[in-house]
Amino acid sequence: MTAMQIVLIVIAVFGFAAAVSRYRRGGLSLVQLALWSLLWLAVAGVVLRPETASIVARRLGVGRGADVVVYLALAAVFYLLFRLLARLEDHERQITRLTRELALKDLESHERS
Amino acid sequence: MEKRVIVIPAYREEQAIGDVVRAALGVADRVLVVDDGSGDRTGEIAASAGATVVRHAINRGLGGALSTGIEGALRLGADLIVTMDADGQHRAGDAKRAFDRLAEGDVDFVIGSRMLEQKGNMPLARRYAQRAGNALTFLLYRKWVTDSQSGLRGMTRSAAERITLRSSRMEVSSEFIKEIVEKNLRLVEIPIEAVYTSYSLSKGQSFAVGIETALKLIWRRLLD
Repeated sequence: MTAMQIVLIVIAVFGFAAAVSRYRRGGLSLVQLALWSLLWLAVAGVVLRPETASIVARRLGVGRGADVVVYLALAAVFYLLFRLLARLEDHERQITRLTRELALKDLESHERS
Repeated sequence: MEKRVIVIPAYREEQAIGDVVRAALGVADRVLVVDDGSGDRTGEIAASAGATVVRHAINRGLGGALSTGIEGALRLGADLIVTMDADGQHRAGDAKRAFDRLAEGDVDFVIGSRMLEQKGNMPLARRYAQRAGNALTFLLYRKWVTDSQSGLRGMTRSAAERITLRSSRMEVSSEFIKEIVEKNLRLVEIPIEAVYTSYSLSKGQSFAVGIETALKLIWRRLLD
């Protein structure tokens, strides 16, 4: 086993453990836990047996196994970025609503006095 | 007579807001200033000039302040609402004409257009920015207005109740148009005169903000 494999396996184990602990604390649903577990299992699988990536690559018509990994990683990053931006805008809106309610509360006390 | 409320969103306008409020009070029953987290004396000056002031604890941008103002005006029992800029570029007389037009009862929404009559001294750069705003608004929402970015607008109570604004910042001007189209509101434009002083110009939007606003509108349209 190469040093790189050991490092990556440790990361995958940590990732899996983090997912499990978030699930225990109620931060993840069972489906989300399953998806994360599947992801880290796949990572571990590809690290231990790099040739599995090549099999997937041939199936998909992509040249090399390593390329498939990079493509998928890129797609995942774009997806997460999109989710993050959407979430950010959602938060902005919630803060605005909160600010508005606080401001208008003053209005009502104005009117009563 | 119907209750007329002028809404003025204000961010760091302590120099101009006092005169703007005093002029507005001449043509409306109430003037509601939304101090958008200015952190200076804007709210204080507006209140002592006679406005009802609500304060955003933190700055939320033009769209956020306008929504707060419209919601506040509804809670104050407004029948007709007109929004005005806080920097002094709008004349109270034009706000009055917007109210009067709404009071005729055959329209839901009025936009004060700086383009219908070539009054005033709109600088060339402003004019181009405004055209770009109009063109983008038309592309996105299929509605042509001569001044999509105008800050002087009037609406009836029922129109105000039906409009929902999601924008926090400058893109709110075009969002009004989108809502007018979607909610089938009857819109007219009335000619207004914009007063450009070195002060109101210095408070204008930079090119970068314009681009950001445009991108946001396109992004939204793609997601909806």
